[in-house]
Amino acid sequence: MSLDIPDDRRYIESHEWAKDEDGHVRIGISDFAQDELGDIVFVELPDVGEEIIADEPFGVIESIKAVSDLYAPLGGSVTAINEELFDRPELVNQEPYEGGWMLEIDPSDPDALDALMSASEYEGQLA
Amino acid sequence: MDARRTPLYDQHEALGARLTEFGGWSMPVTFESIREEHRAVRTEVGKFDVSHMGEIEVAGPDATELMQRLTSNDVTRLEVGRAQYAAITDEDGIMLEDTIITRLVDDADGSRYLFVPNAGNNASMASRWTDHRDAWGLDATVNDRTDELAMIAVQGPDSQALLDPLVDADLGDVKRFATIETAVADTACSLSRTGYTGEDGFELLVDWSDASAVWEAIDCTPCGLGARDTLRLEAGLLLRGNEFHPESNPRNPIEAGISFAVDLETSFVGRDALEEVARDGPRQRLVGISMTGRGIPRTGYDITDAEGTVIGTVTSGTQSPTLDVAIGMGYVDSDQATPDNGISVSIRDRLVTAKIESLPFVE
Repeated sequence: MSLDIPDDRRYIESHEWAKDEDGHVRIGISDFAQDELGDIVFVELPDVGEEIIADEPFGVIESIKAVSDLYAPLGGSVTAINEELFDRPELVNQEPYEGGWMLEIDPSDPDALDALMSASEYEGQLA
Repeated sequence: MDARRTPLYDQHEALGARLTEFGGWSMPVTFESIREEHRAVRTEVGKFDVSHMGEIEVAGPDATELMQRLTSNDVTRLEVGRAQYAAITDEDGIMLEDTIITRLVDDADGSRYLFVPNAGNNASMASRWTDHRDAWGLDATVNDRTDELAMIAVQGPDSQALLDPLVDADLGDVKRFATIETAVADTACSLSRTGYTGEDGFELLVDWSDASAVWEAIDCTPCGLGARDTLRLEAGLLLRGNEFHPESNPRNPIEAGISFAVDLETSFVGRDALEEVARDGPRQRLVGISMTGRGIPRTGYDITDAEGTVIGTVTSGTQSPTLDVAIGMGYVDSDQATPDNGISVSIRDRLVTAKIESLPFVE
């Protein structure tokens, strides 16, 4: 099975992605990450208004077997969370880059996004 | 030391199984999806490579006495071709193992038994048997056949229908916990109506060299240890290392909820300690946990009463694929071990509401 790595967003080593959405940054996990985790059954996210810090855990994702931290690709204030994941965590498996997004932030350093790995750099890390 | 490989290892790799080390063996966790494999076993049929389980044969004039004195159940009640569940306890009544014992033969030369220790424990159990045999001066052979025998579990409501055309015997005559010597896919096989999923099903012991052909002949969903774990948890079955372990979680079989496998009328190592536990009541008891708040109980999490006082510990937990509810098992103080009792589980420093459930979760 080949893994999808769209080049319209940035990635970090711990397999989260970050994508610019009109000044806000949307965050989720990569196709590789959801495939590694297997059947996702639970997602825990911060509340809107909370601050998340770059490279630190912002939430938790659980598969049937295991619990994993979610790491923030960049810091900022949470402006939206994907509440649909509370009822349908399997969306992260099905559409990691679309319906399985996790949260949006107002980044404290808007330039930080461009410093993250590109799709080809991330693909290089997976190889 | 490198993880050991079952005779089906190459097939698992070829199917793209995700592998993990368990009990010193390299085993498949899942072939495709734990949820899908779990569903196959609950509603149809699935097959598991469980060749990591140990197999020890005990035979001779004193085999019955040796088995009786080292296991918690009453082997003298076992007819030939029947199996029973038992605990193996130390002098303090602490569980070293749980196991299934089958009486294979009973004749003028004595009896022959086969028991199945958990993965990685065959050597320690074989030496426990020979040490006690020698200390007690008993006449019995102890033969660790773990490296000769492969085990394949076929589990699920359709398992009899799937196996019937492959097996020489009439499976309708094989009762729960019965064992027959037969042939499956023209291969000699010891077949038992046993399992670890809470479903009807069979466990097949075949020669190591025949395992591959038998596995291929059984045409159903291959399942890994991930689904085996969620299935046994829904069925309320113990897992060594989680619900009991002589070092990390010392428990006696009464608090672990398997008193049905303890016969205090027999004489065995640990019996006197267990008689005391039975008389005084265990300090804690194993219970089912069903979450009412958002969160999944996991091994090691604290269990509290409604006021937040710690009353126990989670031993296993997951999102139940069958019930789509977060469930677990754990030990709580005996006075709290009442079904529907409101409790909380401490998940990442937050108390999440739950209630106590009687086991099993899924019948």
